[in-house]
Amino acid sequence: MRYDQARWTQAGDSSEGTADQYEPLLSEKNTETVAVESPLPDDLTRDELELPALEEPQLARHYTRLSQMNYGVDSGPYPLGSCTMKYNPKFTEDVAALGDAAVHPDRSDRSVQGTLGLMAGLQDYLARIGGMDAVSLQPPAGAAGEFTGILVAKAFHEQHGEGETRDEIIVPDSAHGTNFASAALAGYDVVELPSGEDGRVDLEALEAAASERTALFMLTNPNTLGLFERDIEEIAEIIHGAGGLLYYDGANLNALLGRARPGDMGFDIMHYNVHKTFATPHGGGGPGAGPVGVTDELAEFLPAPRVREAGGGGSRGHEGEARGTDGVYELFDPESTVGKVHGFEGNWLVLVKTYAYIARLGDDGLADASAKAVLNANYLASQVDYDVPFEPFHHEFVASAGDQDAADVAKRMLDYGVHPPTTKWPEIVPEALMTEPTEIESKATLDQLAEAFDRVAGEDDETLAEAPNRTTSRRIDQASAARNLRLSWQALDGE
Amino acid sequence: MSFEIPDDRKYLESHEWADDDEGTVRVGISDFAQDELGDVVFVELPGEGDAVTHDEEFGVVESIKAVSDLYSPVSGTVTAVNDALTDQPELVNEDPFGDGWMLEVELDDDSGLDELLSAEEYREQVE
Repeated sequence: MRYDQARWTQAGDSSEGTADQYEPLLSEKNTETVAVESPLPDDLTRDELELPALEEPQLARHYTRLSQMNYGVDSGPYPLGSCTMKYNPKFTEDVAALGDAAVHPDRSDRSVQGTLGLMAGLQDYLARIGGMDAVSLQPPAGAAGEFTGILVAKAFHEQHGEGETRDEIIVPDSAHGTNFASAALAGYDVVELPSGEDGRVDLEALEAAASERTALFMLTNPNTLGLFERDIEEIAEIIHGAGGLLYYDGANLNALLGRARPGDMGFDIMHYNVHKTFATPHGGGGPGAGPVGVTDELAEFLPAPRVREAGGGGSRGHEGEARGTDGVYELFDPESTVGKVHGFEGNWLVLVKTYAYIARLGDDGLADASAKAVLNANYLASQVDYDVPFEPFHHEFVASAGDQDAADVAKRMLDYGVHPPTTKWPEIVPEALMTEPTEIESKATLDQLAEAFDRVAGEDDETLAEAPNRTTSRRIDQASAARNLRLSWQALDGE
Repeated sequence: MSFEIPDDRKYLESHEWADDDEGTVRVGISDFAQDELGDVVFVELPGEGDAVTHDEEFGVVESIKAVSDLYSPVSGTVTAVNDALTDQPELVNEDPFGDGWMLEVELDDDSGLDELLSAEEYREQVE
C-alpha cells in the first residue's frame, strides 16, 4: 500500500520554469472594457471585468488538477463518523439536471403541477419512513431542521399556555453540538444530561431533569456512540409524563431505515438529514435540506407553505388554508404555522435528488442500505486493532486511540490513502476515532481501511507527529491557522 | 511532568489563579491548565467595569483542542483586561503566570479569596 497524492504547483509559486509546473497563470488576467446600459446607480456597476485569459483545455486541466489535489468520497473511503459521507449516485444529478426540474419559484402553481406532485410525494415518503404524520420540506439543512422543530415545539407549548413556563430543553452530553446551539438560539436554557455508564441515556438522571419546565428532549437514536437507546419507550413516557415533547435528531436514521421508525418509538418531531440518509451531496456551505416531520397534533405549526392534493384540507395532518389553484396539487398554509424558515418551498433540487434516491431504492433497497451500513461498521470494527469500548453499536463505532493522539492518528491515516474517521468526539471515549464506513463500501475497501488503521496503531509517536508526508498539503500548523484567521481570498491577495 | 505552581498565588479547583496585591487581584490560568489546553488560539474576556463572581464563568479560552469556560477565583469589579491576548493568545501558553494574565479585579467585601486553595493544596490536586 503506497499512496502519493498529486502535488501540482502553479507557475509563479516558486522557482520559474520547472517541468512540474503547470499552466494556467491565473495572475495573467485579461481586462476588457464593456459598455453597460444599466438602470442601477454608477457606484453599483462597473464597466471593466478582470477575467483570466484562458482557453478551455487550460481551464479543464486546471480544475482536473485541483481535483487531484483534493480527497473526496469519489477518491476513496471516507469513514467520517456521524457525518455519513456516503457516495452520491450520479443518476440523481442527472435527474436534477433535467429541464423539467428547472422551474422558477414564482411560476403559477397550475403550471408546476409536476413539481408540486413530487413534493407531495416526498412529504409522503418521508412521513412513512419516519412514522410521522406531516412533513415540511422547507428547512435548508439539518441544523435548520432542528431549529424549525424547536419553533414548532415552542408554538405548541404557547398554544397550551405554557410558552413562558416551559423554558428548558434537555440534551444528552453525547449529542451533536448543533442540538445545544439550536436550543440556545431559540431562547431556551439547555440542560445537559450526563450519559450513563453504558453510554446511553441514564433514566434516573432523565427523571430528575424532566419537569414542568421541560419543553423538549432532543435525542439521537442510535446515539453518537452508535448505541441504540433501548429504553426509548421509558424515555418517551418520562418526557411525555412531564408534559414535554420528544425530538428525534435524524443524524443516525441510516441505522434504522426500513426497520424501525421514530414515530413508533414515541418521538413527536424529527428532522431528516437527507445528505446523510438519502445520498444528496453534503452542503459544505452550498444548498442542503433538512425536512421536518411531526405528529398529527403538531402539523398545524409547520412552516408555510406545504403541499397537498387539492381539496385535501380535511385529511389528517393537512389542515389549513389553500393558496388557490385549480390543479391536482396545491400549496397551503398550516393553520397555526410558525411562518417561513427559508425562501419559497426549500432547496428544490436537493429535494429532487432525495426523491429520486428513495424512488430508485424502494422499500427493500432502503432496508438493505441500513443492513449493510450496520454490517460494514461491525465488520470493520472487528478488523481494527484499536479498542472499541461501547457495544453493541450499529452503523458507526467509536474506537479509542489509547495512548496515541487521535488527531495524529488521523493525519497519519492520510498517508495510507484513506480519509480518517472523526476524531476526539464524542468525549466519552478518550482519543475517540468515530468511524462510519457507510453501506457503500465493499469488503475489499473495508479491508484497506482496516489495514490503514492497524498500520497506524503499530507506529510510534514520532512518525505520527510528522504525518502526513504523502499528501498535497503536509502537516498544517493548526495554532497559526486559528490565530491568524484569513477567511477570504482577498486576505491571500498580495502575499 | 511537573508544572510551575508559584507559592505566592491562590488557586481555584478549575485551574485559575489569583494574585492578591492589597485588594486588587490579578487573574489568569495555571501552567497545568495551559498544558492541558494545548495551543491557545483565542481568549474572550469581560470588559472593564464588568462584575465577576467567585467560582462563576467570566470568559472563554479556546485552544486547538477545546473550548473551555474560565471561572473567576474572586468576586469583584474588573479594573483592567490584558488586551495583549487579543493579538497574542499564545502568551497564555508561554507565560501563564506572567504576561499571560487575564484580568485585574477590585475585590468585593465578600470576594471568595479566602476560599481558594493554597499553592500546596493545588499542587496536591494536580499531582
